[in-house]
Formats: sequence, C-alpha cells, structure tokens
Amino acid sequence: MNLMFSSGPSLPNRLALGLLLSVALILFDHKFDGFGTTRVYLNSLVSPLQYLANLPGQLLNASASRFVSHERLFDDNAKLTHDAMVMNGQLQRLTFLQEENDRLRSLLNSPVQDNTRKVVAELMAVDNNPYSHQIVINKGAINGVFEGQPVLDDKGIVGQIMQVSSTNSRVLLIADVTHAIPVRVARNNVRLIVSGSGSLNELLIQHVAHSSDLKIGDILISSGLGNIFPEGYPVATITSIIRDESRPFPQIRAKPIAQLDRLKYLLLLWSERTSEDKQAVKEIIPK
Amino acid sequence: MSLRNYSIALSIVIALVLQIMPMPAIADLYRPDWVLLVLSYWALALPNRVNVGVAFFTGLILDILLGTSMGVHSFAMCLCIYVLAANHKRLRNYSVWQQSIIIGIMAALYNLVIFWVQHLLTDIYFLLDYLWPVASSMVIWPWLFWLLRKIRRQLRLN
Repeated sequence: MNLMFSSGPSLPNRLALGLLLSVALILFDHKFDGFGTTRVYLNSLVSPLQYLANLPGQLLNASASRFVSHERLFDDNAKLTHDAMVMNGQLQRLTFLQEENDRLRSLLNSPVQDNTRKVVAELMAVDNNPYSHQIVINKGAINGVFEGQPVLDDKGIVGQIMQVSSTNSRVLLIADVTHAIPVRVARNNVRLIVSGSGSLNELLIQHVAHSSDLKIGDILISSGLGNIFPEGYPVATITSIIRDESRPFPQIRAKPIAQLDRLKYLLLLWSERTSEDKQAVKEIIPK
Repeated sequence: MSLRNYSIALSIVIALVLQIMPMPAIADLYRPDWVLLVLSYWALALPNRVNVGVAFFTGLILDILLGTSMGVHSFAMCLCIYVLAANHKRLRNYSVWQQSIIIGIMAALYNLVIFWVQHLLTDIYFLLDYLWPVASSMVIWPWLFWLLRKIRRQLRLN
C-alpha cells in the first residue's frame, strides 16, 4: 500500500507553503510589477497550449472556406473590387489633404503629424477570464510588437498591448475596468477621459463638470495626450447622459465604435517616433 | 510504459487547453472549470500523486494563460485541492451525485476566491453570471468521473 505522503512535508504544510507562495507572487507581480521581462519568457513557454486551443477553430474555418460556393466567391470579389475602387479614390484625396495639412501646420509652426506604419494581426483567442477583457493576437516580439502599442480594428481603437511574448501578444481592450483612454469630442474639442466599464459595449466618462458641452451622439476621438494612442482615431459615441444636479458629476455612458465583441482582424500601429526610439525593433514591411 | 507515466500530466494539459479554447460568447459563460475538475478527480483518486503541489503549479500556468496576476489561480486551486485531498477517504465513498454536489461547492469556492482576490487588486463588480461555471461543473462531473476512472483502471495507475 502506498502511504499517502511518504516523502516531503505534510498536507497542511504544503497548503500553507502553496498559499504563502501565491500571496508572495501576487504581491510581487501586482504591487511591484516584478515580472516585467520574465512574463515574455513565461508567455512564450505556454504559447504552444494557446496554439493547440486555437487549432479546432482554425480547422473549422479552413474547412468552411474550402466549401464556399463559387457564386459567393464571385460576389465577394465584386464587392471587394468595388470597395478598393472607392477607397483608392478617397486615398487620392487623402494624400492631397495630408500634404496641405502638413503645409498649414508648418506655417503655424506646429509639429507635422507622424507617419504611422501598420501591420495586420489576427485574433487568436478571447480570454474566458470574466473579470477582465483581453484578447490574444498572433503577432509578437519577433514582429516588433511592444508593450503599450495601440491596437485598432477597421472602425476604431480597440485597446493596447499589455503583454508581449515571442510569437503572440495580449491586448487589453478599452472596455476593461482597468483601462482608460484620453479623448476629445470631435465637435468642440472638449477633453475627456473614457474608462472601461467591464462590459464590452459600454464605456464610462467620469468626473466631468455638469456645465460641459456634451450631447448624445457626440463622437469621441483619441486626443493623443498620454503618448500611447495616436491622435484622431475614433473611440466611442456618447449614448446617454444623466444630469442629476444632486450628484457631483453627471453620469455619462458611451459605446465603443470598434466592434469589441466581433474582432477578427486587427491593426497594429507604429508611429515613426517610437520606432526611432526603438532601434532594436526589426524592420517590418507591410504587405 | 510511457503513457502510464504521462497520463495524469496529459489529462491536465488537455484540461488547460479546454479551459482556454475560444468559444462563442454564449457558450463561454457556461464553460466548466475543466482544470479544477480534472485536478479534483486525481486528488480524490490518487492523492499521493496529485495534491497541493501540482495544484499550485497548474494554477500558475493558468495565471499565465489567462493573463491574471501571478498567483491568483494558484491560490484558489491550492485551497480547493487541499480540502479534497484532506477528505479524500470520506469523499470516495460518496455516490457520484453526492460528489457532484461537493464539487459544486468547491467550484463555487474556487470562483469566489478568484473573484475576491481580483477584487482586492482591481475594482471589479460581482455579477451572478460569474457563477454559471459552478452549475456546468456539477453537470459535467459524473461524466468526467466515469471517463477518468475508466482511464485510471485501464492503465492501472496508482
């Protein structure tokens, strides 16, 4: 017969040891942020598990795309060609406007806006941790991803890179309770801070004076303050304002413009300034 | 025989993969705590091989996979597996349905401890939806118990 614990400490001692170690790790990680670089290695170590978990979904997608009908492909192709035409038309106008904007800015002696480099990333996994909103994408340190990098989808800002591992990285969504982003109202440049509510399609705007000029339907765009998110990308639209004068601040809710619940392809941004700062970052050629 | 030596580790790895597998948002809410269930089974059946130590390291891997602060899941996992391993002789004699209720209580403890620790670290709010995994874990337990016992007997693990 096997003795239950033939070697090592007894069960209650093991429990005490495990709990103590856990508490020490929590303090070390959360309060002192002690796992800065170690996290990269740890994340890389467990990434095979993430790839494994992603496999069934990928197979399903692959088989689904194999059985797409001819007709559907023709339709898609026609639609995409049409979209490309429209967008190229707008792009011609954009380059002209950008040049004009730069010229006007240089006349005003204000700094010319940086060019940004973009890379498309794909969603790998959505976290099932109900207490925080994070996603995993398939680009990592070898692609030049860095902590605090802004992430967008085709509509607006999605979040920022929270942890990097070698081949994938973790994105903190703007809807997470621990996330806040500086914005301004597109209509009148009122500066605000939008923080996450913990629910995917709601953001909160706190500590705004009752007298501030905000309306339902106002579009909030990133203000570029805080040096994480570039200026001028759409973040949210205001959906409700409750002005109860007995409270110190009005309760304002907003809806993120990016479709946080149906992300598939994401855009990573590198502004030229950050890439100058990070000479070590490898050159990436967007397709 | 290699499968015999690695079967416990393999079952834990499969549980980890199931725990992080992407799912549609509706099903995601009801995802059972796979890792806790598998560790519970081994803690009841073979407490000499799987107990607090394994729970601690598995919890750490879960922390890395889920992006929580290091130590949150290992704390809760250690606590639950300790209770099961310490009472394994009594719990083994219960019928599967009674065990399922015990597992439900453990899953509730596990989820609440994780919530409390996270609540201390960041200001999150409690939603009753967070307790759905307790119900689904209770439903899954008899089937998982049957499957793992079959594997254990087939491979004569002890």
